[in-house]
Amino acid sequence: MTHLSDIAVKIRSKNAGPFWLTIDIFCGTPDAFQRVSSGLKSNDVAALFHTDFNQLKRFDIADLNVVKFSMPRPAVQGTRADRDMHGASFAALLADVEI
Amino acid sequence: MVKVLIPSGALGLGYDRNALARGIAQNPDIIAIDGGSTDSGPHYLGTGTSKYSRGSTKAEWRELMAARAHAGVPLVIGTAGTCGADSAVDWLVDITREIAAETGETLKLAVLKSGQDGAAMVRALAEGHITPLAPSSEVTPDLLQDCTNIVALAGAEQIQAALDTQADIIIAGRTTDTAIISALPLARGCHAGGVWHGAKIGECGALATTSPNSGTILIEFDDTGFTITPMGEDARATPHTVSAHMLYENSDPFVLYEPGGHLDVTGATYTALDDHRVRVTGSKWVKSDRYTVKLEGARQAGFQTVSLVLVRDAHYVKNIQAWCDDIATKCAAKVNDRLQGDFALELRIIGADATLGALETTVRTGSEVGVLGIVTAETEALSREVAKMLNPYLLHHPLTEQEEMPTFAFPFSPPELPRGSVYEFCLNHVLTLNDPMDAFRLTVEEIGT
Repeated sequence: MTHLSDIAVKIRSKNAGPFWLTIDIFCGTPDAFQRVSSGLKSNDVAALFHTDFNQLKRFDIADLNVVKFSMPRPAVQGTRADRDMHGASFAALLADVEI
Repeated sequence: MVKVLIPSGALGLGYDRNALARGIAQNPDIIAIDGGSTDSGPHYLGTGTSKYSRGSTKAEWRELMAARAHAGVPLVIGTAGTCGADSAVDWLVDITREIAAETGETLKLAVLKSGQDGAAMVRALAEGHITPLAPSSEVTPDLLQDCTNIVALAGAEQIQAALDTQADIIIAGRTTDTAIISALPLARGCHAGGVWHGAKIGECGALATTSPNSGTILIEFDDTGFTITPMGEDARATPHTVSAHMLYENSDPFVLYEPGGHLDVTGATYTALDDHRVRVTGSKWVKSDRYTVKLEGARQAGFQTVSLVLVRDAHYVKNIQAWCDDIATKCAAKVNDRLQGDFALELRIIGADATLGALETTVRTGSEVGVLGIVTAETEALSREVAKMLNPYLLHHPLTEQEEMPTFAFPFSPPELPRGSVYEFCLNHVLTLNDPMDAFRLTVEEIGT
């Protein structure tokens, strides 16, 4: 059983403005990129973040060995329901995903 | 060719002074620095105040003003005072006047304001000039009137108008992060795709290099693209650090929307000129039919009082969720019985799922947990009253009626911490303008005289 954090060099999540969250998975090598790109399913990511699959944007960027996801923020930044102002902790959710 | 010196990602963040000095020695045509962002949350736009301390801001701004005087070129700051509201611009103008008076400099200061009048926004909505962005949210006249601050994000055109005044210093309210960097090279006819791309790469200072904390970078714009040179001694820009920066806080790494069009970097080529400089060409600027500026607004969303209690008893740590659920139910019932008004009570378990809430997939509690009681209510008085009704539960609530009364750890007296008024972002829209200056106000004054 391999977790995404065992393959990726770094997983980063950040706000992209108050309404969007963006997550960058830096894979480091073409091999790791291939494993993540083919092994990580968009519908699983949407389910992990309780987000609408149709609103999830995905970019597989071979030149950078990066897989990137963007989605509406789970709660709009700074509202009562928001727990992480800068959105950096959401990356941890992906770390444990099995590939 | 136009050389833009960027001291750091934001005024107040700090930078390497040697790197700034090396940058000034390169004879830049302009010094551009960002003053804020929405990233620290809605409080700043809601209140029209700065996140950074006045002391830090003044110390760094004084150094940049001295660097500007030495270089003899304009110094421009966008999104002054974190949020770029008119009051935050006034705050930095005040600091600037103070510094000029202290140093004895006489300066021409241009001030660009981005604040929007609620009534004017209601008219713009009625005339169909306000359009939602994804994820869309409803905008009503009441919501626009409720905002304590609305700002429009200025683009290159408004900064160019400020540059045209021949000002020594330009203090701008809310702008896009890129506008302060792109304005001069665009005005001088540099390659538009290269200008916007370079501006995006440069907007966080040295973040697009191997040494983010060095702060200062120089970007040279020309007829076909741009070259980035870090000014930090050990900082290097590589094709990877530069191209990867398009990912940063950007929902789409290939496209960036700006007033008047969008940048497309799909065809960009990143070339290492040596071990620390990168040349970028092939980026495209696509002009739009309409000229739109993004709007940001914040409104008041009640008053908050928070309480923190620490739970160390192993039996309670193990059953902390049940303990919190029971308290929330009993306390809410008591409040409804004894007080009038709308309120929300939440108990957030620090050490379990406080960060991710319902999304958390692996809860592992340790030897203790913290419980953060968050009361949000329609008045400040009610939020304090509810928090005070919560107090006895956090202190002594037993899991069952059959056990001895427990006592938990309050780190403070009183444990209730008033947070005052809280705010929320409530606009994700663009405003269509006939003329780029329609929503902005530019004034010029002499200071230090």
